[in-house]
Amino acid sequence: MDVLNPMTYDAEEDQLRDRTKYSQMDKHLIPVEFQQQPVSTGTTIVAVEYDGGVIIGADTRTSSGTFVMNRFTDKLTQLTDRIFCLRSGSAADTQAIAQVVTYQLDFLSAEMNEPPLVRIAANCVRRMIYQYRDDFLAGMIVAGWDKKLGGQVYSCPLGGLLVRQPVTLGGSGSTYIWGYLDNNYRPNMTQQECYDFVLKGITLAITRDGSSGGCARIAIINKDGVERIDVLGNDLPKVFDL
Amino acid sequence: MSSIGSGYDLSASQFSPDGRVFQVEYANKAVEASGTVVALRCKDGIAFAVEKIITSRLYESGSNKRIHNVDKHIGMAVAGLLADARQLLTVARDEAKQYKYDYGVSIPVKYLADRLAMYMHAYTLYGFVRPFGCFILLAAYESDGPQLYGVEPSGVTYAYHGIAVGKAQQTAKTEIEKLKLSELKLEDGINEAAKIIYQVHDEVKDRMFELELSWVGQVNDGKHERVPTQIFAKAESFAKASLEEADDDDDEM
Repeated sequence: MDVLNPMTYDAEEDQLRDRTKYSQMDKHLIPVEFQQQPVSTGTTIVAVEYDGGVIIGADTRTSSGTFVMNRFTDKLTQLTDRIFCLRSGSAADTQAIAQVVTYQLDFLSAEMNEPPLVRIAANCVRRMIYQYRDDFLAGMIVAGWDKKLGGQVYSCPLGGLLVRQPVTLGGSGSTYIWGYLDNNYRPNMTQQECYDFVLKGITLAITRDGSSGGCARIAIINKDGVERIDVLGNDLPKVFDL
Repeated sequence: MSSIGSGYDLSASQFSPDGRVFQVEYANKAVEASGTVVALRCKDGIAFAVEKIITSRLYESGSNKRIHNVDKHIGMAVAGLLADARQLLTVARDEAKQYKYDYGVSIPVKYLADRLAMYMHAYTLYGFVRPFGCFILLAAYESDGPQLYGVEPSGVTYAYHGIAVGKAQQTAKTEIEKLKLSELKLEDGINEAAKIIYQVHDEVKDRMFELELSWVGQVNDGKHERVPTQIFAKAESFAKASLEEADDDDDEM
């Protein structure tokens, strides 16, 4: 990662094949089609706050280059009872981060004798990403509900930024739906409106982004708990197909 | 109350035959010899009042304060050996700083009290160190209301509605028990705390003393600080007036 000449987010994803530390020799000996690409959750992830909780959603494709390694991935990873993280970027890196943060939060909630705040979870994720910013390729969203501030969505993108946003997108597929968000998101939407917004957004991204696909996994998190909904391929909302 | 350890009191790593650690009890004696601290948990905040005894007219007023800040929202008042307290203050500030770095939010006072208690307890386990000779009071106004914690030299910590530590702790405790703390507002609590300090102050043994007052509550948005000058003046005059009243009552009898 060249600090003086930083890449844009998309360009970094394309540079994935150059970042592999292993199989350097492969490049010279084996034709490109047969070389192993790092496994990435080239992805679409969406999270939105509503009054009383958050709604998060993701596609279900994990790809290794052009090979779809897993077509029904669960990118909604639970950190605590009421806090989830959405993973995009390198599958290995984000899984490692989620595991470490789950442990940290588990330990903290035992010490404090109460569930951790969403902000604390987001900070733990951000600290890891920032500390290993030159090695990791992880763009994560931390979203959940806590007693103090209700539903919250925090964005923790590549370099180690932490910012709370009422709605945010992530992953390679998100580039295709920022316009959809700008046009269709309004503050103070109801739970059902937010659900439709998230589902439609993921569907639109899936239809345009090669690295996103499969089904849509959605979770609704509020004070009463977590409701998980898997919307299978056929049930995704219809989008005009040329 | 005081019994001589006779042989089992030389180090903190020894129990006495009746199961006491005398070094820790002696540390409490150091606390009891210091100027009184009164803390009141009122309905909407916490008031600290400290009787800072001045041993010489040559000292600059305001030196050697006994009320400090650990992070913006937590106040610490100390009774006992001030030098020991200074180190604990540094430890507490370090804990608060590390928590903020790791978790991004301000440290809850309950958690800080637990960490400080663990630290103080560690010094009661070994023969090559001595326990801390101070009683630490921690106060904060958090989202679930005012919280007041006290940490003893032995390392136990309790949450309090009201507490007095130091020379006149017994008399002060009796005074505190007369108050209805759950209905007391912070502005009145400050006056009451100052009054108690003036009442229990021993004019014969310690001629000069400085009153230190601080508060944290809804009134200053949870930011612990010394009381503003006018409030301080009002509290002091309230305290002095009630002293005179008590004198008058005595005369009438």
